[in-house]
Amino acid sequence: MNYAINVKGLTKRFGKKVAVNNVDIAVPEGEVWGFLGPNGSGKTTTIRMLCGLLKADAGEGTCLGYDFRTQSEEIKRETGYMTQKFSFWEDLSIRENLEFVARVYGLPKKRKLVDDTLEKLGLVSRQKQLAGELSGGWKQRMALAACMLHSPRLLLLDEPTAGVDPKARRDFWTEIHKLSGAGITVLVSTHYMDEAERCDQIVFISYGDKVAQGPVMKIIEDSGLITFTIEGERARALADELRGKPGVEFVAFFGAMLHVSGYDRALLEATLAPYRGDPALTISETHPSLEDVFIQLQDRAARGAS
Amino acid sequence: MNGYRFTLHRFFAVLMKEMIQMRRDRMTLGLLIGIPVMQLFIFGYAINMVPRHLATVVSVADPGPFSDSIVAALNNSSYFDIVKATNSPAEARRMLARGDASFAVEIPVNFSRDLIRGAKPNLLVEADATDPAAGSYALAAIPNLAVTAMRDDLVGPLAPLAAKPAAFNVVVHNLYNPENITQYNIVPGLLGVILTLTMVLATAIALTRERERGTYENLLAMPTRPVEIMVGKITPNIFVGAFQAMLILLLARFVFHVPFIGSLSLLAATSALFITALLGVGYTISTVARNQMQAMQMTFFFLLPSIMLSGFIFPFRGMPGWAQWIGEVLPITHFLRIVRGILLKGNGTFEVWPEVWPMILFLFAAGTVAITRFRRTLD
Repeated sequence: MNYAINVKGLTKRFGKKVAVNNVDIAVPEGEVWGFLGPNGSGKTTTIRMLCGLLKADAGEGTCLGYDFRTQSEEIKRETGYMTQKFSFWEDLSIRENLEFVARVYGLPKKRKLVDDTLEKLGLVSRQKQLAGELSGGWKQRMALAACMLHSPRLLLLDEPTAGVDPKARRDFWTEIHKLSGAGITVLVSTHYMDEAERCDQIVFISYGDKVAQGPVMKIIEDSGLITFTIEGERARALADELRGKPGVEFVAFFGAMLHVSGYDRALLEATLAPYRGDPALTISETHPSLEDVFIQLQDRAARGAS
Repeated sequence: MNGYRFTLHRFFAVLMKEMIQMRRDRMTLGLLIGIPVMQLFIFGYAINMVPRHLATVVSVADPGPFSDSIVAALNNSSYFDIVKATNSPAEARRMLARGDASFAVEIPVNFSRDLIRGAKPNLLVEADATDPAAGSYALAAIPNLAVTAMRDDLVGPLAPLAAKPAAFNVVVHNLYNPENITQYNIVPGLLGVILTLTMVLATAIALTRERERGTYENLLAMPTRPVEIMVGKITPNIFVGAFQAMLILLLARFVFHVPFIGSLSLLAATSALFITALLGVGYTISTVARNQMQAMQMTFFFLLPSIMLSGFIFPFRGMPGWAQWIGEVLPITHFLRIVRGILLKGNGTFEVWPEVWPMILFLFAAGTVAITRFRRTLD
């Protein structure tokens, strides 16, 4: 199998703090991988190391077949990197931003390329508008288009949908899957579980350590979690009551529903038994969701770290 | 390592981007043009190294034709404006202390009598020396003034009391600026100071602005190289600098009537070198400063010695050796000698060369630091 990204032992320290610790990532060509982890877990640092914006303290491997430690020039030329914060020039118009990118990469038929891109974006009528005047969703679409202008083989997207409305988010992901279908490899970091579920595989990192990796279903299975939902008027009040009871690992709300999760079925059943008789409560077992697993992994990593 | 290879299309990309951004940033563009004009008018007209019409109080304890002559002579000299005549030396002192007068001239009791007797009475001149430079020209003029004033009174039997002329003549030629017009010195000097301020500042914020806005990360993620970014960012400022220099020289010629004796093309060539050296400094600051505020502070850290130690206002040779040594490092010190030399003295390439090579050396050093300081990662 050909890997677009294949790195081992990726490590980055800032002073004494270890931001990324010995992380292995191997993304096959054409797949979409999700990068999950709480804020400050090292997602951005990892992505920056992959495209040569930060020097790795340790680790080796390749990105698009180039040594990521020494050939960042070559990697940059075939990679599109979308930063977490909008990083195009707000005092340039949409067209000028695209033209700048086209010039930097020395792309042929610049005018037609920019015209076509604007057309595809549906921004022809607003091409003279300053990028800073665009709304969040449009900024993100423009940024993606600019990152794609030089037809990269690898897309690194750092929380591309933060602060974007649900409809724009959906459109964005449709676009990502289209790109992936065309053979482009995508590594995308996100906080949204629904987005993670649309990835071929996810990598979960916490405090710089990779704590889980695999397809969504496998990660959920591997977690060994047993989850019960509690519905009903009194469910809300129950959360604090159940927390810390035998067998209960954590309690979390999903909308109005309460998820109670643990590893030991017998203990969990015993704890929940007294509430079964309450007519105002509906208790039933469910498949743990990715978010349950996410919380569990985060909790466990936090305990391990402290 | 092909990290320093230069490609035209990427340089052009950065250049175009900078030009558009500069055109949009009306405020900065306005300042770049407004600053030179304003400073030239303010400093050109305000700074006067040969102050005249300084407030003077005379306390006359011995009225008479002699004291009248002296007071009249002071008043006529244009250095002194008699603001008050009193007979109380104490009041004159108070006026000095309050700052109402810069000089107090005291004609003591029995001045006339002692003078006629040949007892050589004292004419006391007290000066407010808190600012030593302010009164120096005026003070130097007083002895001569008094002697000349008395000449018409000391006739007939008093003639022997008059000062005898010296046995030889001292001939003084004030070359290059015979009338001691301060503007001839200050206005060409302002060319150096204004360029130092605007060029260093404009370039210093070049990279820090990208860093502050987060666009720096994007620039680094693309295959742009340090030297392409640097040259692309500096080039528009070279044009701005050239425009400023032209503006200042035009005003110098037609508003302040500074003589233009030497070669203008030599001046243009040396100005270009000076501007480039300044942009090197600005870019170095740009690679060190974390934000625009720091870039601004560092610019002023560079600007202050450029004004104080370069010979712009204070005589260069009057400074102690170590200060002159610092001054010699700064490009403006050499540029001031060049521009004053060309405009006022008509210096040519041969006279100017000793000031040119230190600037080249400086440019080379600053450029090297700027390129090596430029980090291609975010570390």
